[in-house]
Amino acid sequence: MSSVRLLVGTRKGAFVLTSDGKRTEWKIEGPHFGGWEIYHMKGSAANPNRIYASQSTSWFGQLIQRSDDGGATWEPVGNEFVYDGEPGTHTWYDGTPHPWEFARVWHLEPSLHDPDLLYAGVEDAALFRSSDGGRNWEELSALRKHPSGPSWQPGAGGMCLHTILLDPRDPARIYGAISAAGVFRSDDAGASWRPINRGLRSSSIPDEDAEVGHCVHRIAMHPKHPDTLYMQKHWDVMRSDDGGESWSEVSGNLPTDFGFPIDVHAHEPQTIYVVPITSDSQHFPPDARLRVYRSRTGGNEWEALTNGLPQEHCYVNVLRDAMAVDKLDSCGVYFGTTGGQVYASSDSGDHWTAIARDFPAVLSVEAQTLP
Amino acid sequence: MIRVILPAHLRALARVNGEVSFEITGEITQRAVLDALESRYPMLRGTIRDHVTQRRRPYVRFFACEKDLSHQRPDAPLPQAVADGMEPFLVVGAMSGG
Repeated sequence: MSSVRLLVGTRKGAFVLTSDGKRTEWKIEGPHFGGWEIYHMKGSAANPNRIYASQSTSWFGQLIQRSDDGGATWEPVGNEFVYDGEPGTHTWYDGTPHPWEFARVWHLEPSLHDPDLLYAGVEDAALFRSSDGGRNWEELSALRKHPSGPSWQPGAGGMCLHTILLDPRDPARIYGAISAAGVFRSDDAGASWRPINRGLRSSSIPDEDAEVGHCVHRIAMHPKHPDTLYMQKHWDVMRSDDGGESWSEVSGNLPTDFGFPIDVHAHEPQTIYVVPITSDSQHFPPDARLRVYRSRTGGNEWEALTNGLPQEHCYVNVLRDAMAVDKLDSCGVYFGTTGGQVYASSDSGDHWTAIARDFPAVLSVEAQTLP
Repeated sequence: MIRVILPAHLRALARVNGEVSFEITGEITQRAVLDALESRYPMLRGTIRDHVTQRRRPYVRFFACEKDLSHQRPDAPLPQAVADGMEPFLVVGAMSGG
């Protein structure tokens, strides 16, 4: 019988939650790396027992941990993230030049085909690749060296490369999203990059429809429709049907189009999920009601999903990497909050249950569907 | 015999309990102690000092013999009591909660 394994990264450690295919009873293991920030964990699609974790603190820096037994035991691998060449400067919050400085790994994206090949999106924004299971890292520096690089500015959370999408049809096509620069695409395995932000408008930058400078919070793709991308921008939910060449707004009837995560149903490529947040200055749900919004039309028409979610006095946030779907039928949807709850739905979002209530603030959630 | 006391997070990472100790030949300096420590516990590389610059991480301090040695030159001799193994060399996470 199929089962599900959730990889939950928090401000104070990593947790692994497992359930059978019914998804009613969950076993919680952890914390692994207690006291450390776990920005992200992700398993290999080619070998689900191979899991990578990004572990860091301001005190002792960055570590990458690797498990080959589904998260039961871990081994530290390589943590030497060195920018290629003289990294130069980007633009600070106040518009002045600021040196490029490595802070942490926000996101790990294993290859779809090779368990030893993975990508790391880091702060200050850059993309690294390891081809030996995380022991050694090399920067794919053409992204950071894009002519627009010196103009990139940090978002409130730092200048991070937070989303990496791999095209299942073509291993050479890679998307990277940076806050606050925008989305970039490579069609040659990272050797060259170009910004793909046409159609985005951001009132917080001098030129609202500039080629670069947009605070993209997350992008998502359905693997069977890899030319269709969905985006939660700082404000606005966006959609592209041409691999990011152009974007159009699909915020529709959302109560607010500010938010962080966005994800796609495993079996319905037009069904997408967001969690609206009041505003960039009030990072909690509108009306203090935690609502996931689902569109079955690829955007524009949205319905609130509230069954099982707190509908009063709720002031948590849901961060950009803290939502995931499984591949069972019916699709499971999961998200974690800054209040330490992990909510699960085994029916595509119609009903929700808190499967963890008192974790540290949740930074990331990934779902693995196991045979 | 050089004795080193690590903070809790780094003891867990290195999978050691209590202090660690090892022999070093040559002059006993901060650099020599950290080189030997990282050689025995390679998972600590990058956690105490930067991989490339070898500079102490900003939130890490070095104490010994009731003195803060954080700002001493890496190649300056450590106190004789550390070299003799009478006193430990302490790697400390800067004071704060978390």
